[in-house]
Order: sequence, then C-alpha cells, then structure tokens
Amino acid sequence: MPVQRRGAAIDIAGLRREYPGTRGSVVAIDHVDLRIAPGEFLCIVGPSGCGKSTLLRILAGLDRQTAGTITVDAAGWVVENAMVFQESGLFPWMSVEANVRFGLDTRGVPRAEANARVEAALKLVGLTRFRNHFPHQLSGGMRQRSAIARAFVTDPGMLLMDEPFAALDAQNRVILQGELVRLWEQTGKTVIYVTHSIEEALLMGDRTVIMTAHPGRIKQVIDVPFPHPRDLLQLSASPEFGKLKLDIWRVLEEEVNRARAEMEK
Amino acid sequence: MSSKSPMSPKTQERLLYLISPIGLIALWQLLLMAGIGDRRFVPAPSDIAWRYWDMLTNGELETNTLATLWRVLAGFFLGSIPAIAVGLLMAMFRPIRIFFDPLIASLFPIPKIALMPLLLLVFGFGDASKIALVVIAVFFPVVINTYAGAANIERLYWDVAKNYGASQSVIFRRIVLFGALPMIFAGLRIALAVSFIVLVAAEFVSTKVGIGYMIWNSWELMQVDVMFVGIVTVGLLGLIATAILQEIERKVIPWKAE
Repeated sequence: MPVQRRGAAIDIAGLRREYPGTRGSVVAIDHVDLRIAPGEFLCIVGPSGCGKSTLLRILAGLDRQTAGTITVDAAGWVVENAMVFQESGLFPWMSVEANVRFGLDTRGVPRAEANARVEAALKLVGLTRFRNHFPHQLSGGMRQRSAIARAFVTDPGMLLMDEPFAALDAQNRVILQGELVRLWEQTGKTVIYVTHSIEEALLMGDRTVIMTAHPGRIKQVIDVPFPHPRDLLQLSASPEFGKLKLDIWRVLEEEVNRARAEMEK
Repeated sequence: MSSKSPMSPKTQERLLYLISPIGLIALWQLLLMAGIGDRRFVPAPSDIAWRYWDMLTNGELETNTLATLWRVLAGFFLGSIPAIAVGLLMAMFRPIRIFFDPLIASLFPIPKIALMPLLLLVFGFGDASKIALVVIAVFFPVVINTYAGAANIERLYWDVAKNYGASQSVIFRRIVLFGALPMIFAGLRIALAVSFIVLVAAEFVSTKVGIGYMIWNSWELMQVDVMFVGIVTVGLLGLIATAILQEIERKVIPWKAE
C-alpha cells in the first residue's frame, strides 16, 4: 500500500544565514533553494559546517535567516513543526510521560484528550512500561524513542530531525531507522532529516540533498528511486542500493579532493 | 591479604569517618586526666557531658535552643524564598539582572554582623532584629547560586521549550526552576551554615535568650563548661539541619544521578 502523504509543504528560496563576528561575518548557508512536497521524507547530508543544522533551526523557528524566504503551507495543522534533537533534549527532571506530554501541555490540549494521545504515542514507540522512568534511567535508544514520541504526539505538519540517531550504537541505529520509517509510512508527514551519513539518507528518504561546506550550499539533489514501504535491511543489502551509493560517493570524492586542494593552496 | 574480611568497605569507611573526632575527644580527656592543662579553663569532655545533661534536665538548654532555632528557621525561610525568586527572574530577564547585579556585588561583601546595630535601631531588641539579620545573610548565597544554576541551563532545553510552544510562564515554572534546583540546594546548604554563624554572633550582645547569649554569658561568669555546651549545641543543630536539608533534596531532585 502506498504511503498516504499528508503533511506541510515548504518552499525555500534564496536562503542565506550570516553570523556576524569580530573578524568579518561567517556565511553558514547561502543560495539555498528547495521545494518540499507534502508528506515528503527529505534527507539533508553534508560535512560538519555545511549549515544543515542551521537550515533546520531556521525551519524550527529557533534561528532567523539573513536573507531569503521560507513559505510553509501547513493549513489544517495545529502544530506546524516539531523537532527531534541530536541529544534527545528530554528534560532530565521530567518522567518519560511528562516529557511526551510537554508539547500538549504548552498548547492547552484538554486533559482527557492529552491522556489518550500520550497513551497512544507511548504505545507507538513501545515505552508504555517506562512511562514513569526518568531519562537518565533509560538507554540512549529509549531516550530517542521518547523524543520521537514527544514530537509525534503533537501531530505536527512536519518533523524536523537533527541527526537523531548519531549518538546511538550501530545496532540501535538500524533498529530505530526501521521504526522511524515505519512511523512515517503510517502517518505520511513531511520529514526533514539531517544526517552526516549518506547511507542513512539514501536508505530512508525520498530525496537526498547533498550540501557542501564554507559556505553551505546545495551541491546536488538526488531522487532516491526505491519505493515505499521499504525493508531497510533488505534494501541496504541490494545491488541497486550499492550502486547508487557508489555513484554518489564518486561525486563526493571529487568534491572532497577539490576542497582539500583548496585548503592546501 | 586476609581471605575473609568481616567488614564491608562501606562499614570500614564509616568507621574511618568516626575515628578522627572520637580520637580527638579521647586524647583531650586523657591529657586532662593526666593532669596536663587546667580543668577550670579547659574542661574535660566528661565535665562538658555532665553539664550538658544538667542543663538539659533543668530546661535551660531547651529554652535557649528553641529561641535560636526559631530565629534561624524564620530567617532562613524569609530570606531564601525571595532569593530564589529573584535569582530565577535575573536569569530570565536581562533588565532584572542589570538592576540587581550592582546591588549584590556591593552588598554581598559587607560583613552582615556589622549591620546588627542598624537592625537594632530599626527593629528593636526583640526577635525581629535577629531574624532580619539572618534574612539578609541568607539572601546572598541563595540568590547567587540560584542565578548561576538558572543561567547555566543548557541551551538545548531552552530550544526544546521554544520549539514545543512554551510560554514564558511555562519556561519559568517547568524549565528554569527545575533546571536550577541542584544549584539552589547548594546555595541553601551554604545559607543554612551562614544563618547559624551570624545569629550566634548577634545573640552575644542583643538578647537575653538563645545559644549565643548562653555562650557569651558563660564567658562573663567564667563557666567554661557551659560555653562548650553552647558550642557543641550549635554544631549539633547545624549537623541535624543539614541532614534534613539533604533528605529533602533527595526527595525533590529524584532525577539527580546517584
């Protein structure tokens, strides 16, 4: 069954973010143009310093662009976006349940409705039994599951994910990637997923945006040809996947060599 | 190495913890019993213990202890609650911080006991002047620690709160207050010790009841053993109060990793 895509649409045009500094300003991102369709799973890959997190923070309303426009069509969504942070960002002084409920409390969702939604979200990520635990009592994977539940429970038009699985061990990462893709396939929300792993991006997303650093620009946008629903394990072992990965690495290799040559000049 | 140790490492540590004070008291007792030192000026631990029992049974110690305890507790709460509020507001609102910063920087270093004559003028010789002194002394360590705790909450948590639609009041009640709690308790512990320090000093001159008065009065009457009873009592009160505060901290901050 194909994914029912129903999320926010985003139109980014000429986006630029400069940070003023004592020795001239630093351009974090420049000339970023991107159209994201409702319900698209978009991955953004790039080396550190390519401004991928800056782009995400601007979308999340935590930072402001210097120039350019972002138009979000989130009609019909009470909550425009919800972010999943790299280090989970769970409040250490709240139980798992209180953390998941946080985005509903702040928006004044009635108690009975909030209870039901929190219940469903905890069940979705398999943490019902751990609802009264504090974050420090959980494993890294369980913490990220809680953070994902906290985002999904608000029913946002788009999910913003900033390298959410980067701190996990390889085994947990594979498991959580699979769970996230399944959640997305069920809900069809717009997802913008920032990662430094090309493999992860190709495995999960509909499209992969490759960025380069200094200043952060879009180098290439790749349409990932594999249909959803996906079996990530099987996909990662397939020859088609291997070939796509190889092609992209070739492009990147060239880019890395160019950057290195420039540095050594 | 002995194959079977009868004591767990934990028990061994506890014993070690007790050896230095008990050893010191034993040494003190033995020296005086051996005739080294003048017992009129330096009473033996056993003399102090007798006097302690004596004062406990005739009610003198209770009266003075209760007076001191009441003043400490009243001053501690009246001083630390506004200090916590001001510290949190300073962390949240820049103008408030700019307003309070120079006040704290200039008033904190003043020895609080130097304010006692002024407070006697304003509040008279009753409990109010002593409580006011404790309030002032407690305010500074608590406000400084609270501010430091709230200002150093990781940026990540502010970002999460903002992204999840938290209002200023939600940020205050659910993020800043809780994020600052460990540092608030560190400030309260300091404040507790400070309140005993300034109060006992204040009671030397400005009252007819309290542990400080008891100590000073015994100096004037050359009752050195009573003096020691007072000193030991203050130490015990501080120890018990700190233990209670730590117990409350454990209850209030269950997320603090062991």
